[in-house]
Amino acid sequence: MEQKTKINAEDGRQELRITREFDLPLDLLFKAFAEAEIVEQWMGTKVLKLENKKHGSYEFVTTDPKGHKHGFNGTIHEFIPEKKITRTFEMENTPFGVQLEFLEFEKVSEDTSRLNMHIVYRSPELRDQVLKLPFAQGINMAHNRIQDILGKLKKS
Amino acid sequence: MNLRRDVFQALADPTRRAILLLVAAQSMTAGAIASNFDTARPTVSKHLQILTECELLKQEINGREIFYHMNAKKMKEVADFIEPFRKMWEERFNKLETIMKKYKPASARGTKNK
Repeated sequence: MEQKTKINAEDGRQELRITREFDLPLDLLFKAFAEAEIVEQWMGTKVLKLENKKHGSYEFVTTDPKGHKHGFNGTIHEFIPEKKITRTFEMENTPFGVQLEFLEFEKVSEDTSRLNMHIVYRSPELRDQVLKLPFAQGINMAHNRIQDILGKLKKS
Repeated sequence: MNLRRDVFQALADPTRRAILLLVAAQSMTAGAIASNFDTARPTVSKHLQILTECELLKQEINGREIFYHMNAKKMKEVADFIEPFRKMWEERFNKLETIMKKYKPASARGTKNK
């Protein structure tokens, strides 16, 4: 199956890039990031505040299956409709700190568009920790075990 | 979704990881694998079935015997720790796409002459 979402995370770097092409015209793609009710739907979060302007800020709160609430917030530095959003992002009550995000929206054709997300973390270590989050949440850190097995596989 | 087929669920079990380690060295029949464990043969068969279902093991028929060998490609895919992060975004973006394909702005209804 084709993977539409691509992640480029080079080893030892404190940044990563996410690119995705959408089967949507540029204006609709951008709207999905600008309108609170739509953000709520695809991000699976509650939007408490979303001020789409320079010096604006946003606040999301997500409730996990166990009923715990997780807060996310950030500040908007640039908001250029159908072009660019520059913002910070922070998961509250975690040791990960703040990250800087550059979102660029491009028209590919009348009906298709592309999003480039460039995310910068404070350090390569923090980046890797954040990358591992979805992995760590679901699977009891099976990753280490797999690495063990793979290590043995290489030796044999 | 069948949890049994979830690759991470499959790897969470110590016996199954031991089986993978064994088979990593060489292809083996179910009998040969079972002889390495104290557990009952049907239990080992069940583990083999789960590992095969989630594609960590592959079966190879050689004459009358079925040999199990490790699917290294799948193992590497799982070991790539970025993959769950990528999937998370892929799912979000797929959702975004689906929502926006149906999107009809309230203000545009009847106001735009097209």
